[in-house]
This record gives sequence, structure tokens and C-alpha cells, in this order.
Amino acid sequence: MPEMEREAPFEPKIVALFCTWCTYTAADLAGISRLRYAPNVRPIRLMCSGRVDPQFVLAALRDGADGVLIGGCHPGDCHYQEGNDNALRRFELLKRVLREMGIEEERVRLEWISASEGEKVQRVCNEMTEQVRALGPLRLQVPREGRARAGARAPEAELVGGEAR
Amino acid sequence: MAEELIPDRPSPNGAPKIGVYVCHCGLNIAGTVDVHEVVRFASTLPYVTVAREYKFMCSDPGQELIEQDLREGLVDRVVVASCSPLMHEATFRQATGRGGTSPFHFQMASIRELVSWVTEDPEDATEKAKALVAAAVRRVALHEYLEPREAPVHPDVLVVGGGIAGIHAALTLADAGKHVYLVERESTIGGHMAKFDKTFPTLDCASCILTPKMSAVRAHPNITLWTYSDVVSVSGYTGDFTVRVRHRPRYVREDLCTGCLACIEACVHKQAKYPSEFDEGLGKRKPIYIPFPQATPPVVVVDPEACIWFKTGKCPRPCIEACERDAFDFEQTETEDEIKVGAIILATGFRTFDAGRIPEYGYGRYPNVYTSLEVERLLNSAGPTGGEVLLRDGTKPRTVGIIHCVGSRDVRFHAYCSKVCCMYSLKLAHMLRERTGAEVYNFYIDMRTPGKGYEEFYDKILREGAHLIRGRVAEVTDEATAPEEEGHLVIRAEDTLLGTVRRVPVDMVVLAVGMEPQPDAEDVRRLFNISCGGEGFFTERHPKLAPVSTFTDGVFLAGACQGPKDIPETVAQAGAAAAEALAMIDRGSVRLEANTAFVDEAACSGCKTCVGLCPFGAIEFDEERRKAAVNEVVCKGCGICVAACPSGAAQQHLFTDAQILAEIEGVLAYA
Repeated sequence: MPEMEREAPFEPKIVALFCTWCTYTAADLAGISRLRYAPNVRPIRLMCSGRVDPQFVLAALRDGADGVLIGGCHPGDCHYQEGNDNALRRFELLKRVLREMGIEEERVRLEWISASEGEKVQRVCNEMTEQVRALGPLRLQVPREGRARAGARAPEAELVGGEAR
Repeated sequence: MAEELIPDRPSPNGAPKIGVYVCHCGLNIAGTVDVHEVVRFASTLPYVTVAREYKFMCSDPGQELIEQDLREGLVDRVVVASCSPLMHEATFRQATGRGGTSPFHFQMASIRELVSWVTEDPEDATEKAKALVAAAVRRVALHEYLEPREAPVHPDVLVVGGGIAGIHAALTLADAGKHVYLVERESTIGGHMAKFDKTFPTLDCASCILTPKMSAVRAHPNITLWTYSDVVSVSGYTGDFTVRVRHRPRYVREDLCTGCLACIEACVHKQAKYPSEFDEGLGKRKPIYIPFPQATPPVVVVDPEACIWFKTGKCPRPCIEACERDAFDFEQTETEDEIKVGAIILATGFRTFDAGRIPEYGYGRYPNVYTSLEVERLLNSAGPTGGEVLLRDGTKPRTVGIIHCVGSRDVRFHAYCSKVCCMYSLKLAHMLRERTGAEVYNFYIDMRTPGKGYEEFYDKILREGAHLIRGRVAEVTDEATAPEEEGHLVIRAEDTLLGTVRRVPVDMVVLAVGMEPQPDAEDVRRLFNISCGGEGFFTERHPKLAPVSTFTDGVFLAGACQGPKDIPETVAQAGAAAAEALAMIDRGSVRLEANTAFVDEAACSGCKTCVGLCPFGAIEFDEERRKAAVNEVVCKGCGICVAACPSGAAQQHLFTDAQILAEIEGVLAYA
């Protein structure tokens, strides 16, 4: 990755995909407890970490995210019994795909954060921000047509197919 | 960039007209986020036809703003940027529905919990708020027109746990004409309260106020009481739970036993020699026993671990002979019942802190160190000593030291205050003085007596002459350093009011053990799909506004399973939980989440990936047509199948791939 010349310090953009039952609730708790953390993390609420399609992560990285954080319930605590197990399995495969694409593994992170762990939300968001800041911006060479319609399963569809191997 | 992305999106009702409403939440949001700037920004976003701000969007005039814009046709989709959707999503969905469109043509951007409350710098906060609003706008443009789904509510209720909380909740519901299944794992209901002699601050006798309620439970035509039983599985959803309950064998038929206790008298064990669980091990029982005289149901239990018949198969079994009702059934095995209920109340209670975890207090090492619960049994006239306070050597203590906060307010064990120990320690001080004439020393950290009549009770105990020493006890030892300490236990503590270290010789030490979650709270939590806080107590939906609800609709909490509390508070909460369950049942139907999965048949390739992944068996496969279909009633809306579908045929309402991807683009497009 070429060294980037810049004046302002690099502020990474991080997309966070949080399950509503544990991690999103913990993020609410962090708020209620007024725990300050890096503004770089942009949370999106899903019902379950098992809903995280690896293509969401790839799409986020393609659309300009420098990192993606996935938050789910602790193993055994899934509101839907085993959605977080699915998330973990997909995450492991996703990391392999990212490696093949030359994207640093540290840009994606899966964390189990229970509803009572507001402080963990704060800590993980801060750590993740620093970690991605240290890596620098992710500069993917995505052809213009590749970033068009988000709803369509464009180039990343092949990668997603890889998951089913 | 935003402009080029949205127009070619599918939009079911023609071009969307989106209204964005940004809430100040007083200064909660507006104190950090530049609300004007967010509104200005929102008004520039594609399809946004109205962007407004208001001091409190959740107020009636705030909601009216939305409804009016919808009614006047200015907008047909709504984004509210305010607090968390876990707080007010339902409020604004309803307002959107009242305005005349689908309540699901709504998306919330949490700019309070996720932004203003967690971001130091106002500029950063404003930028983050804009990103979340942009995401919500993009997403809501793709929301489908969905009708709210209603499901009927089964009118019966399950109450788990037969302590005072479960008893009170069950009676309240039963009196209102609802059928209640009360499941208790011990052989009798009554819980901890049945073990106490007197209750603070009124000093009324615990059994005098409890046992009438226990009898009422047994006699109530609307209550099915299952003791010696456990809930083994729970499925379904709010309004329609299917619960399996396992009944352990007591080897005596409950429908025949009258509680005459002739069998206990007749047992080949002439002496009771097994420690009585109910008496905290201080008393003894036989292999066939009843925990206490007013046990409800008054049915004896055979302990197969102790019974000679079960151990050797050689016993003349005079118990059978003694029973005039032929109630014995040594062949009894576990049985199960499956019930349908609309609501569940968890009242599974607490356990007391294990005093042995603090070795310096000598519990288990010095025979005259007792836990408070043991002393409750010693004071109880139905207890092992008939209410006489006798040490293990049969003598009466002349001096007693009560140590507060054992296991509580101690970072090594539980950082929280157990709330009841100050008051019960004062009660024990009073009762021990009254029964034995002993000098009583209470060692406390802080005296915490908030509650009606509680401070007055503390004053009364002070006037009676109890010695109150402010300081956490360092240790209890039998090492004497002065002649007056010989043969006594010595409590060593710093008296923080006098500023000296004191050594107080006593005959008896009482450890005021705190309350902690039941050892299997974790399993119970998983069984009922609710959550626990860090200390292990069940988490309520909202600490102030929904204190007996949980995040799982239809499951309510009562009593100490939610956190340490005393009897008045427990009963109040049990009544509240019953009222919540009642409100749900009498409404007759519950509104179901709309976010179920569905399969686009045309795109389904029949690979069956989804079928095996569904944790709830909600996906059926039509072998002939080779298509999967989701049963929306069974689907719980996790979206696991959607994430796995290789052809994008499986989708989730309100969480379609397109909607989530739009949200991802949104948070990134602006930043």
C-alpha cells in the first residue's frame, strides 16, 4: 500500500453491525452510562449477528469503510439459540477471503458483547479505531461500475459463493 | 454520490416522500449535536420532502407533527432521529400508523444513546448524527408496506418459583380468573420466607402471614400447583408458549397423601439422622420427611439416597403399612406435562452468599460461627431447637457479634449492597437479646435503613441497647491475647468512629450473608431466553419504566431473581408482574414483530441450505416443487437463513439485503 501524504490525521471509518439483543443493547447502556468513545464507529442494528452476510462486510469495505466490527451475544447466549455460531463460522471464512484479497485481517473484528457490557462497547470501539488508524486507510481499487447498485449482488457475489464451499 | 445511488432503487409506492424529524431531547441531544445542522443536512438528502426539529419528539405535539405531515400527504415515510429504537420505536411506529401509512414505513436513527451521550466533541457528534440520519433515510426509502401482525394470547399463565413472589403473583392472577400453573422445584412452596421467624420492621411472625397464602394457593380452583417439578423446555413466543414441566418422583402419591405423617413415625429409622435442608442442616430428618409442618402441599417425600429400600432393596417398609390411604408408590418415575401459556412470570428467587468463601470469618472452622439464615432457623419455634437459641454445645450465648455485609459491598465477592442485611441484622440483634438476654454487637460499614418504618426500627434497636460498631471486621479468631478472651471467639475490627482497633470476645458470631443469584440462574435465563446483568440477576427491560418486563415479550420478573430486595418490595413487584401479564391476556392479542423471513420462490434454487440452519424449524421444503417456504408464525426473525441463502431468495422483512446495504452505504456516504 503506497504511503499516503496527508495533513490532517487519518480518521478511520468503521461500520459496526450489532445484534439488537446483546451488543446493541450494550451500546445503549454505554450511552446511558455516558461512556465516551471514538466517534468513528457507526453502528447498524440487526436482529442477530447470524444475519451478517459476509457480503455486508465486503460491501462496507468497498463503499469506504476502513474497518468493520461485528458484535453478537456470547457463545451460548444467542437470543435465537445459535445465530452467533453461524456468525463465527462465516467470520472465519470471511477472514480467509480477505487474506486472499490482500486486506489486513485486523480490519474486521468479531466481538461477543453482552447486554450488560457497556464498558466493553467503549473499549472495543476505541481499540478498533486505534487499530484501524494504525493500519491506515483501506484503499481498494474498485472499478466505478462495481460500486453501483447496492441491492444487486455485484462482484462480491462470487466471494459470497465461496462461503458455501 | 447519494443522488446517483437512490433513484434506480425499487420503491413500492412510487417515489418516496420522506420526513425527517430530529429531536432535541431537551439538551440531551441538542446539548452536543448541532440539531439545526442535522436538519439542514437532512433536507438535502434525496426524497426528503420535510425535515423538522422539535424539543421532544416523543411528546404528543411531537408525534402530532409526524401525523399531520402524513395526513397532509407531505410525507409517506418517516425517519425520527432521537433516542434508541429500544426506547421509542414502538411509539413512533404507532404515530406513523396513525398518520395513515404502514407503521413500518418508519426508521429510527439513535442520535442520543449512540451519539450525543457517547461523544465528547460537538463537531464529531454532529457528523456522526448526520451519517446515521443519512443511513436511515436511505433505508426507509426501501421499506415495504407491511401490516402489523396480531396473534391471539393464550389466557393461562406459568409462574416459576413458589416463594412469596411466585405465591403472590399466582394468587393475584388466579383471583382475576386466570388459570395459573405454579411450578416449584422444592417439595413445598414458601421459599426463603417460610424459614424466617419474624419479619422486619413490624416483627410480625413470618409464618402467620405466609402460611394462609400458601394454603390459599393449594385451595384455589384456578391454580395448578406443581411442586418437586422443573421447567425443562420452553418454546413459542409471547401469547403462545409451550412449556414442558418435569415432575420428580416423591414415591408418595400427592392425590392420596393427607399429611398425617404416620409413615414418618413408622419408618425403620427410629432416629432422624439426615441433615434437614430446610433447617439449614442444623436439624435432622428421616429418609421420609416433610420439610416443615405447614409444608404445602402437605405431602411427604422419600429421599432415595437415604431410604434403605432404595439403597438395599431390603426393608420391611413399615411406612406402607402405616399409610391408611395406600399413598406409597415406590415404582414412581419422572413424568412430564406439556402446557400452553400466554405469559410467564419468573420468580426464582436468590440464594445466600456462601460464608465459607471468606476464610477469615471462620465459618465451617469455628462451630459457633453461624450464618444469618441458620440463626433464623434457631429462632424459629418450628426449628431444630424449638426456638431456643442454643450453641452447638447446648449452651446459651451470653454475647453475640453480628457481622454485616458478608459477601456484599466487597469487591472480592459482590460489589453491590444486598439491601436487606442491615435491617435483618437489626432484627436478629433484637430477637437474640430478647430470647437470650445476650449482649449483641453489630459490626457495620454503613447503616442502610431506607424504607417505611425502617429508620424508626433502627432507632428502636439503638434505644434497646444494642452495641453498634462502625467498621468492617478483619477477622474472627479463637486466639486469645487476654484472659477475658479465653474460651471465646474474638472479633477484631477497626472502630472507625473511635479510630481504634477493637477486639470483642463473643460466644456466637452471626454472619449477615448477602443475596446472590441462584446457582442455576444462568440455565434458567437461557431456558426462558432472557438476559442477566454482570452479577447474574435477571435483567429487566428498563430499570425505571419497565422493571418487571424483560426483553423477551411475555416473560416477566418478580422478586429477588431480578436483584436483592426485601419482602414488601418483592410482593409489590409480584403484583406488578401479575398486572402486566393480566393486561396482556385481557387485551386478547399481541402484536408480533414484522421482521420474519420469507422466500422469493422465483429465486429459490431448492438447495435447502436454509432448512437445516433454522433453529426453530420454521422452514418447510416442498419436495415436489423444490422450493423452501417460511412459516411466518414459527419464524422468530433472526435472519440466519437470509444470510446463508446463496441466491438471495431468502429475505427478511425490514432487514432485506437491500435495506441493510443501503444503511451501510448511508453511514459511509456521509462522513
